[in-house]
Amino acid sequence: MSWTPDQPIVSIKDVHKSFGPVEVLRGISMDVMKGEVVCIIGPSGSGKSTLIRCINALNDIQSGSITVEGQEVHDPKLDKLALRKKVGMVFQQYNLFPHKTALQNVMMAPIKVLKQNRADVEVRARALLKKVRLEGKEDSYPGELSGGQQQRVAIARSLAMNPDVMLFDEVTAALDPETVKEVLVTIKDLAADGMTCILVTHEMGFAREIADRVYFTDKGVIVEYGPPATFFEQAKDPRTRQFLSQIL
Amino acid sequence: MKTLSNHAPVKGHLPVLLPVRRVLLSDIPLQDRLFNVWTAAALLLAFVAAAVGPSFAQAEAAPARSIAAILLEWTPSLALAFGFNVLISIFAMAIGTVMGVGLGILQVSPTAAVRKTAWVVTQFFRNSPWLVLLFYCILLIPFKVSLFGVSVPFPGWIKAVIGLSLPVMAYMSEFMRGAILSIPTGQWESASSLGFSRGQTMREIILPQTVKRVLPPWMNLYAVLTMATPLVSIVGVNEVMSVTRAALSAEGRVDLLIPMYLYILCWFFIYCYPISALTSRLERRFAVKL
Amino acid sequence: MDSVLDWLRPDWFFDLSVVQDDYNRGRYLAGLWMTAKLSTLCILLSLVVGVVGAAAQGARSRTLRVLVGFFVAFFRNTPPLVQLYFFYFAIGTILRVTGENGLPQPLVSNFGWALISLSLFAGAMNVEIFRSGIEAVPKATIEAAEALGYTRLQTYRYIVLPLAVRISMSALGTNLVNLVKTTTLAYAIAVPELLYVAAQIWSEDLNVREMMNVLLFSYVGIVAVLVWVLHRWEKALRIPGYGG
Repeated sequence: MSWTPDQPIVSIKDVHKSFGPVEVLRGISMDVMKGEVVCIIGPSGSGKSTLIRCINALNDIQSGSITVEGQEVHDPKLDKLALRKKVGMVFQQYNLFPHKTALQNVMMAPIKVLKQNRADVEVRARALLKKVRLEGKEDSYPGELSGGQQQRVAIARSLAMNPDVMLFDEVTAALDPETVKEVLVTIKDLAADGMTCILVTHEMGFAREIADRVYFTDKGVIVEYGPPATFFEQAKDPRTRQFLSQIL
Repeated sequence: MKTLSNHAPVKGHLPVLLPVRRVLLSDIPLQDRLFNVWTAAALLLAFVAAAVGPSFAQAEAAPARSIAAILLEWTPSLALAFGFNVLISIFAMAIGTVMGVGLGILQVSPTAAVRKTAWVVTQFFRNSPWLVLLFYCILLIPFKVSLFGVSVPFPGWIKAVIGLSLPVMAYMSEFMRGAILSIPTGQWESASSLGFSRGQTMREIILPQTVKRVLPPWMNLYAVLTMATPLVSIVGVNEVMSVTRAALSAEGRVDLLIPMYLYILCWFFIYCYPISALTSRLERRFAVKL
Repeated sequence: MDSVLDWLRPDWFFDLSVVQDDYNRGRYLAGLWMTAKLSTLCILLSLVVGVVGAAAQGARSRTLRVLVGFFVAFFRNTPPLVQLYFFYFAIGTILRVTGENGLPQPLVSNFGWALISLSLFAGAMNVEIFRSGIEAVPKATIEAAEALGYTRLQTYRYIVLPLAVRISMSALGTNLVNLVKTTTLAYAIAVPELLYVAAQIWSEDLNVREMMNVLLFSYVGIVAVLVWVLHRWEKALRIPGYGG
């Protein structure tokens, strides 16, 4: 089946996932349209990180289906490279390659994985670093950058693959409060450019500001979702209300 | 949904297996999975069988004794000689450890001259070949020393023990220095604020904390030392290697060479392997806690 | 008492008479060259054994992993001298070819057996060192490479190996220094390396003390050179802001 932009770019249907005897996802479904920004919130251990790792096939699922641009992610015949070109991912711990400079970190995958021309990639990589406001840090090694700067390099690194969807897994959770803002600004810029973003986050203010929809997960199921205005003001489920009252 | 339910059992099958295997197997380090007492014993049996097996076929054809019989016949002498290796290793370890702890403490002395001298001594003995140090002690320590009219004899094996204890001392000194320096300075500060002297702090607070860090490399060092004991045969002290060579020339059989050397290798393996296995287990346990 | 004082008397300490005698100097230098050659070749061969072994231990084939595991365990837990004897006296006696004069000739020379035996011994250690270096590369870094579409081989080549080499550096250095010290075992099978020629000289000239000191300082010097080379290498590989 071919995918058209009026269909969901990411479609998750009744996904179940367990680690050994522990069931982490117990029937999750959600649709994300192109250009949408979706935030997933919830208490720790509610399965939100696992969910977005499944979208990128970093984790397997036991049953259900996840499609990206109409293609089943957990089809054993799937070309993982094709999927990963479409879906970029940014991790909580940045996970930069410590033996490469910021610029090399951004350039490496397009050159080695996509076999693109080095000169073209370099032009694009420099532009991306500029876009994430890291001009002048091209030749610094990850160990010489602050957490916020490393996280922005990681975002640029993912963008260099020209993804259609970006996944953010608690990208500000490991950062100092001062540097959280610079990363959030970068993500906001991205969202404003029309990038489809799925974020797992604890930044409620940020979620309310940029999300088209907010999902609340608890114990492996989606309890409730809606546009931020209604979600934050008029949550229906008592679990959501309790969580929000603790966090806000 | 039809296609989904079709392949769901297949998909469900593998991933269910995978995480379970991951939990069970990858939590246990590869080394432990591959090598434990059982596989070590199996390995030994396999070796002995490989060494001895062909000889049974020969034994039927020729009147000569089978290789297994020869090995068995020599086993008491070999065991006795091996016991001597163990004895040498224990003495050398004891002397080396005591001297090494002292030298290590000197390496963190507040007096620069002492610290540097101890460092030079440590580096010198750590970087000299064991065999050269053995030659040094065997040839240059007099065979007897007269002290205040009493003559103390120095037989070859005592000289060999001293020769082997020198590198042990140097390694031990390095372990101690590393361990002492790894204790947070806060420990020193809080001890001195409680009125402890430097010596007291070292004895009562620092040294007890280094034991845990020094134990695994110390045990490993013992295994290395045991594997160095055959060297003393080169400088003319009889031990298991000398007996092996003597046995081989007494039997004068070419087909005995490989089984006999393998047999001796297995002796050392059985003695040293449990030590290094225990060492890596301790290392991992302490690594988690530290 | 006399002999103790005699032994401790420092006048022989820097009496390098070996260097003044042309014949002995020639022998000494030949021994030094042999030790340098044996050490260098052993280091290179043991590194090859280490890399190949560590790669094999990461292989999917269980048989291969178990075999390499046994090789490492056995060579690490048996005396290098007995290993050398095993190769030279046991295998070497059987591995013979008939020479031109019709007499059996050893297929591998003394030097060859020393090289093989010592390289396998040090190589077994290197396998273990590289393996733990590879295991120490954070899973998250590997996952990030995977998320960027790297294949297993690409991840290994561009991310895991460069980091593992750096993590392994200090343990590797210790092992290579040990290897150079262990080349003295070649004395036992009459390879004319430094210890062997020194023993020849002192048994002829009866200058044991002087020769011993020359020998000890020669080895300390050789090890110092190796440590310096390793240090330069480590410095060249150092990443700003990463590790110690």
